[in-house]
Amino acid sequence: MVPLSYYLVLSGILFTCGVLGFLIKRNIITIFMSIELMLNGVNLSFVAFAAHWQALSGQVFVFFVMVVAAAETAVGLAIIIAVFRTRATLNVDHVNLLKL
Amino acid sequence: MLSITTFVIVSIIKSVIAILLLLTAVAYTVWLERKVVGHIQNRWGPTRVGPFGLLQPLADGLKFILKEDLTPPHVYKPLYIAAPMIAVIFAITSISLIPIGNWVSIAGIHTPLEITDVNIGLLIILGITSMGVYGVALAGWSSNSKYSLLGGLRASAQMVSYEISLGLSLVGVLIMAGSFSLRTIVDAQGGTFWGFIPRWNVFHGQEVAFFVYLMSAFAETNRVPFDLPEAETELVAGYHTEYSAMKFAMFFMAEYANMITVACLATLLFLGGWHGPLFGPPLLQGILPVFWFVLKVFCFLFLYIWVRGTLPRFRYDQLMAFAWKFLFPLAVANLAITGLIVALRS
Amino acid sequence: MLHLALFTIFGAVAVAGAVNLLVQRHPINSALSLIAVMASLSVEYLLLGAEFVAAVQVIVYAGAIMVLFVFVIMLLNAGEEELTRGSRVAILVGIPGVLIGAVLIAWTLVQHSGTGEVAIGALPGRPETIGWLLFHDFLLPFEVTSILVLIAIMGAVVLAGRPVPTSQQPRKEA
Repeated sequence: MVPLSYYLVLSGILFTCGVLGFLIKRNIITIFMSIELMLNGVNLSFVAFAAHWQALSGQVFVFFVMVVAAAETAVGLAIIIAVFRTRATLNVDHVNLLKL
Repeated sequence: MLSITTFVIVSIIKSVIAILLLLTAVAYTVWLERKVVGHIQNRWGPTRVGPFGLLQPLADGLKFILKEDLTPPHVYKPLYIAAPMIAVIFAITSISLIPIGNWVSIAGIHTPLEITDVNIGLLIILGITSMGVYGVALAGWSSNSKYSLLGGLRASAQMVSYEISLGLSLVGVLIMAGSFSLRTIVDAQGGTFWGFIPRWNVFHGQEVAFFVYLMSAFAETNRVPFDLPEAETELVAGYHTEYSAMKFAMFFMAEYANMITVACLATLLFLGGWHGPLFGPPLLQGILPVFWFVLKVFCFLFLYIWVRGTLPRFRYDQLMAFAWKFLFPLAVANLAITGLIVALRS
Repeated sequence: MLHLALFTIFGAVAVAGAVNLLVQRHPINSALSLIAVMASLSVEYLLLGAEFVAAVQVIVYAGAIMVLFVFVIMLLNAGEEELTRGSRVAILVGIPGVLIGAVLIAWTLVQHSGTGEVAIGALPGRPETIGWLLFHDFLLPFEVTSILVLIAIMGAVVLAGRPVPTSQQPRKEA
């Protein structure tokens, strides 16, 4: 038996690391990975709560989160490639103009 | 129920046996390939070491161990060393979920002929094989050489693309069996039609799925005619250009272990697993299922080698077009039709 | 006891991976540590009984999404990230802000989560039951996500595909 709060704390730590990475990283790809980390943290709390409340819909929702994450990754990486093609940099600080 | 100590001991024994069997099978698949391709090309293949060159794998292994292990100066070392290990670990792990026969009782211990029987076995195997891409991709990237990088890029794009058709081709079989458990899938294929055609999935409405699986499996394992990642005429050797000695041998082992896994899966899912005619005394009846299984796997591997000796290589754009414009729609159509038939029948 | 031990081991791996993602300067190292996080999270899902979610986590997240990341890192030959003025500002403002947020989250959790405990394999999420739910109770969301994925694929092709010069014929092959 593991207290539910342990799972929640773990998911909170992962989410916080994701937020931190999102804020302090300068490489677009790493920033994007931080978003995935946040989603993973949230997924863990979904599954933990599903087990706690005996409700399978929590696990189904994790499935949806994964699908949306896949879609988001496809579009996001395409945007990164497009940005790299015009700016030749991956540093977000150098991508600060709205025009090409 | 087994006690936990017996369970652990039995599991360890089974793991050791499985790994030894797999490594032997890998070594002799290499021998078989050299021999068969040799005969296809009107050569002899290995003949010097032992009768029919049967001891050649031992000599090869010794050579790989004794060779100098070069590390080029420009590589990214941690990943350069880790990549072959990743490749070989994931290639070997998936064998642990493959049943090679029915349950057996030895010395009062009733156990399945696989390391562990899980009810989502197929999903886990798919997961492990999908992780195998990293070995190839990281090898290509960390070698810091253009041939390796191109090989790694090609390999990861190709494996991700063909994984979709591969997965979809399996769904038809899953619908028919109603389970992810490899054991249940094999059990659903017992018996015959009209007394002589076996009720294997490949004769039972999944012909198209088997074709899609065959093509995707060739591409997943980077074999001819889809061996673009290591196309020697364009890329020297692709992702393992910069590797030598034991590290190269690991990639080699991973490739052949993957071939064997894919052959085992094909046997279990489409060719009826260990089902076959049973006859003779009880001991023979106990051994025959394993024999049928091994025979089917051998036939599949032979097909692999035969194709290698016969077909030329695809061009890269043809490869991608084949995956996305031909195999993928075919797999979806097969899935829809299978689902419709199963739904109407029930 | 076993449950707690496994939870601690894989939770520690997950946290170590997440921290390593922040510390590493090269994106490929970050990607690999994220894969470690995802793999250990899938073990946590298994501990909670969510076997289907665990398998999908490995197949989709670790096996497909992260491969895409690694692929793009390889394709763009991304190097180590450089420190700029913006990153220093982000570190100075970001770390304290996030720490405050983390303390708030922790405090809320401790206050409200009660004393519930979960057993090993508490809620078996078998593929059959998940599939039943997906195609009955969640049919509309399921179809909507499939359309979302379709749109995402088309968007990705449009964004990442090479711009066609107006003077030339469009390329026949992708």
